[in-house]
Amino acid sequence: MSVRVYVPADTTALAVGAEEVALAIAAGAAARGVSIELVRNGSRGLFWLEPMVEVATPAGRVAYGPVDVADVPGLLDAGFLTGGDHPLALGPTDDIPFLRQQERLTFARVGVVDPLSLDDYAAHGGLVGLRAALAMSASEIVQAVTDSGLRGRGGAAFPAGIKWRTVLGAPGIEKYVVCNADEGDSGTFSDRMLLEGDPFCLIEGMVIAGLAVGANRGYVYLRSEYPRAWSVVNAALKRAREAGLLGDDVLGSGRAFDIEARLGGGAYICGEETAMLESIEGKRGQVRTKPPLPAVKGLFGKPTVINNLITLASVPVILAKGAAFYRDFGQGRSLGTLPFQLAGNVRRGGLVEKAFGLTLRALLEDFGGGTASGRPIRAVQVGGPLGAYVPPADFDLPLDYEAFAARGAMIGHGGVVVFDDTVDMARMARFAMEFCAEESCGKCTPCRIGSTRGMEVIDRIIAGDERAANTALLQDLCSLMTDGSLCAMGGMTPFPVQSALRHFPADFGLDSGEAQ
Amino acid sequence: MPHAAIVQRLIAAHPPRQDALLPILHAIQDELGWVPPKATTAIAQALNLSRAEVHGVISFYHHFRTSPPGRQVIQLCRAEACQARGSEALEAHALAALGVGYHQTTADGAVSLEPVYCLGNCACGPSLRVGDQIIGRVDAARFDRLLANLREELP
Ligand SMILES: Cc1cc2nc3c(=O)[nH]c(=O)nc-3n(C[C@H](O)[C@H](O)[C@H](O)COP(=O)(O)O)c2cc1C
Ligand code: SF4
Ligand code: FES
Ligand code: FES
Repeated sequence: MSVRVYVPADTTALAVGAEEVALAIAAGAAARGVSIELVRNGSRGLFWLEPMVEVATPAGRVAYGPVDVADVPGLLDAGFLTGGDHPLALGPTDDIPFLRQQERLTFARVGVVDPLSLDDYAAHGGLVGLRAALAMSASEIVQAVTDSGLRGRGGAAFPAGIKWRTVLGAPGIEKYVVCNADEGDSGTFSDRMLLEGDPFCLIEGMVIAGLAVGANRGYVYLRSEYPRAWSVVNAALKRAREAGLLGDDVLGSGRAFDIEARLGGGAYICGEETAMLESIEGKRGQVRTKPPLPAVKGLFGKPTVINNLITLASVPVILAKGAAFYRDFGQGRSLGTLPFQLAGNVRRGGLVEKAFGLTLRALLEDFGGGTASGRPIRAVQVGGPLGAYVPPADFDLPLDYEAFAARGAMIGHGGVVVFDDTVDMARMARFAMEFCAEESCGKCTPCRIGSTRGMEVIDRIIAGDERAANTALLQDLCSLMTDGSLCAMGGMTPFPVQSALRHFPADFGLDSGEAQ
Repeated sequence: MPHAAIVQRLIAAHPPRQDALLPILHAIQDELGWVPPKATTAIAQALNLSRAEVHGVISFYHHFRTSPPGRQVIQLCRAEACQARGSEALEAHALAALGVGYHQTTADGAVSLEPVYCLGNCACGPSLRVGDQIIGRVDAARFDRLLANLREELP
């Protein structure tokens, strides 16, 4: 019998050399006459250990990492194909503390299965949720999602069930399900990891959404910066069609649902749901005014459910294990789990799926292990480029939507970007304005012009030119953007800017009184 | 095959509807490396749009190029998580090593440089992309090796 060896084909694993390692293992095993079955799995999300190679042994899977291509001969000599000991041995994968301390519901299969094997998918709990949904009425499915407490994972945290109810109730026979996989936020990669590691989970979630709202067509809108995910999702869609998971007769139920993947064009604003609809329709990605809500008048003018990829991929486990199971995780109105993403200058970066409620400090210290540079953490940006910078004084904040909102911060899509004490927060504030200027869709003046003015004003503050007056001007500009922008691009760019000013006035050459 | 014929073939592979516009543009750029001005006219005709509409879409999206790039395109990540891992120093080095700014091509036509805002490799930056390959933990030395390799591979 051949030995199963897992070498991830996840973007980050590949970015640090997994392809070379896979080739070397295949060649080395062949040279030694050992028959192996090489599985290109997704990543377990322990990125500081990538490329992390796993071997299936009678006692379970054991891991080695980070494996450099030069380590491969030594690993083979040490008998790693039978779980032999080696300086890179990490022991049983499931016992690695970073992984053992997680609560993986949505990511249960990522890194575990062969991403494109439907047999593997079914053997690890796949399709159970869909089969349950096929036996339910549309309204019952919506009720289960509502009862689970699932809120949108794309940023705004709107209850998924309520959105679905609106689409279900909207008149019309032509409706759509759109998966937002634009994942533009720096410091986030959970959509990408799920798509690369367990694409059938998204497909199952979208089919269930279609059953729930009465749609028979879906779109996945993926950013063009994710070439690996693009090839995996298209391969998965093809297999799902061949296997009858998609098509005119989903799993023999007589129900129809099909999905098309669309590639974005490198525009951050196309993550905003109405700009995304414009983009799918073949137009410039400009934000639409609401109302009408997309739930009523969305893609091609039809009622449309738009959800983040993680929202949709969390639906199968909810249907499989029940709403009560899911809502038992978390606290307050933040129920279930969130795949947090530890990024930037962090020692142990990667994906941490946990129930809401753990503190930011636990995430940064227990999981992250502090900075990669070994210097103190000075700030973390939570929730992407429109999220606030959080200083160490606030690290005991629980990761809970309401707790963060109360501090003028947001959890958003769960990205946590760590900076050490060499960061210059005035430059980060300037970058926030620069990014907004670069990515504004141009529809409204406070965002389009305000962001360029904001850059200039911050430049003057940094240069020491009439600091007090220019700081007052910057604050006014921020209020104008917050109040006068059509969407959160212009409306929330002030979050990182004002939080940097508030918590790190010295970086702007100000004392704390002047910064307000 | 001349550009015009390739463009026609790619247009014909899609339904003649406006929502095929981005897929068509991607198909053209994947094959030619850019979207030539004449393609605008051909697409407009096929999808029953005005040239201004098609041009408006092409110019809106950073991904699409309206002039031919160098033989390789390097995209450097400028976003926050890579900055936290030292991408600004890499950027300064890359700009100096190539002797170009963003959206420019080296004098020998070998490499074009573009900015990108996140490649989803945010725990292992600084990140860059060449073709469909994303490379992590790039420092100045690694960048120089990559550049040397790219120049060697070129025809
Ligand atoms: C500027 C901007 C960018 C956004 N980018 C994304 C994104 O990349 N992914 C995403 O899921 N939602 C993004 N959103 C939020 C979407 O507009 C929308 O709320 C979300 O897709 C709804 O899905 P959910 O309820 O499941 O979160 C963005 C919003 C704004 C204003
Ligand atoms: S706030 Fe900015 S991105 Fe949003 S609609 Fe206005 S101009 Fe467009
Ligand atoms: S003009 Fe679009 S990235 Fe510079
Ligand atoms: S910020 Fe550079 S890869 Fe995400």
